[in-house]
Amino acid sequence: MRDLIVAWLTDITAPFWKSSLSIDQFVTALQETMHMVFFALLFGCMWGLIQAIIVWTTRPQGILPNKVIYHGLNPIINALRSLPFIILLIAVIPLTKFLVGSSIGTWAAIVPLTIYIGPYIGRLIEISLLEVNEGIVESAQAMGATPTQIIFKFVLPEARSSVILNLTTATISLIGATAMAGAVGAGGIGDLAISYGYQRFDTSVVILTVIVLLILVQIVQMLGEWLAKIR
Amino acid sequence: MIQFKNISKHYQLKGQTLTALKQINLDIPQGSIFGIIGYSGAGKSTLIRLINLLERPSEGQVIVNGHDLTALNAASLRQQRANIGMIFQHFNLMQTKTVAANIEMPMQLLGWSKAKRQQRLDELLAFIGLEHKRNAYPDELSGGQKQRVGIARALANHPKILLCDEATSALDPQTTQSVLQLLKKINQEQGITIVMVTHEMDVIESVCDHVAVMEQGQVIEMGSTLSIFSQPQHPTTQTFIQTVLQQHLPVKILNNLENQNHHSIYSLQFLGTSAQETVVQAVIKQFDLSLNILFANMTEIDGTVIGQMFVQLLGNEQIIQEAIAFLQARGVKVQQAGVQA
Repeated sequence: MRDLIVAWLTDITAPFWKSSLSIDQFVTALQETMHMVFFALLFGCMWGLIQAIIVWTTRPQGILPNKVIYHGLNPIINALRSLPFIILLIAVIPLTKFLVGSSIGTWAAIVPLTIYIGPYIGRLIEISLLEVNEGIVESAQAMGATPTQIIFKFVLPEARSSVILNLTTATISLIGATAMAGAVGAGGIGDLAISYGYQRFDTSVVILTVIVLLILVQIVQMLGEWLAKIR
Repeated sequence: MIQFKNISKHYQLKGQTLTALKQINLDIPQGSIFGIIGYSGAGKSTLIRLINLLERPSEGQVIVNGHDLTALNAASLRQQRANIGMIFQHFNLMQTKTVAANIEMPMQLLGWSKAKRQQRLDELLAFIGLEHKRNAYPDELSGGQKQRVGIARALANHPKILLCDEATSALDPQTTQSVLQLLKKINQEQGITIVMVTHEMDVIESVCDHVAVMEQGQVIEMGSTLSIFSQPQHPTTQTFIQTVLQQHLPVKILNNLENQNHHSIYSLQFLGTSAQETVVQAVIKQFDLSLNILFANMTEIDGTVIGQMFVQLLGNEQIIQEAIAFLQARGVKVQQAGVQA
């Protein structure tokens, strides 16, 4: 399947493709990007969901206020959020080695990507939860709902649309961050744009990367908006 | 049924203590429709939220169905809350769920089977008259329909108490009446005790049998709706009554009087009987004076008619006094009413 697609792409791009980079290499890079985005988003969503629920629940006006957890967690989230990704990438190398066994490669990039996007997604989901009408929580409490039921049966379903739109934004940020993952040998199309386009003055690679990223972002945005609309 | 014992509620705000409720003692009898009226900030919304402990009192006890709610642990409190339905000013329906799913919510929380939920849902939809809106979303409904769904949701698991927090304040007068009549039907057919908070006296007038008037965190007057309407004591209560029952003669009528002797104007209040015309007739026949009816209105509260009439009595002072005594002897409340501050 992959071979067929690569052959077909090579064929149709042959007349104007004047680069030392093969289409095969480009498709491999695209796969690496998708791989990183998919897993970092998956782990990031888990992180974000848990973080958002804890912060929302324990905030002073929350359903289970807890000053220690709330005020303890906030500075940690802010600290993680304040690190530029390229710094984070290097700073967490010991952790990456411990978790993945290596500090180089696609899987190794997923660790810092998750740490980068997790707290961000958490903040975005938190905003979505805060947008839910206070009255919904009050009516749930009046029905005798437990805190778990309030979160999973009332607040999260009500916040769903807003959460999806926010996740769309986060996914697009994540695609941007994967471009830097080349710094730890993770590959990806962003890495191609730097190593071929920037360092070897191969403009056609830059143009192709830009076009593919544009399409990718467009698809993610449309998918997000469509998912947010259905109920 | 519902008892407040020495309830106080304080808030801490920027180091200052604000008192929302002061020493409230209140008894809400079973099967009644109990109205709590007051201006914004009087503490009435805080008070109604004590009944299912959405607000916790700083001092005192809330006793509902024989349970002191303030002493219950979280699980028992949730169990008690499931027996108390509540509807809200802004309905608080889930926008992402259909009418049917919204109404099923409390039943789901209690773990009812699908068959049992469906059966109850059908009953409730028929009761509120919205069978055709089963699969509609709240944003496709009118305000009155949303509140009906709110009512169905609140009644889903057969509660004994229904709390209404400004339930009709966001509705137009006509829809308000239809929702109020639905509430009255619930009270009469199912014997559910209804507690409603409002700032509109006509809501109290239409459905409540008991009323408490609140001001600055205190209950300033309380009693049967009829007694509050016929004999309001506190100035605030009188102002509320004024909104539905004219307590003073409208200034316009006063200014158009031929005889500007305002001391000759009296208000007559008739209670419970429709015999006011015969009494007035008798006065005119028996006494040598001129009785001039300036303004009259009538309202029915809890099945009893309250009539209010403004008259100008002109003639011999002695005869006027005798006529007043005659009226009073027949249960008419007579007050000099012409001079308005």
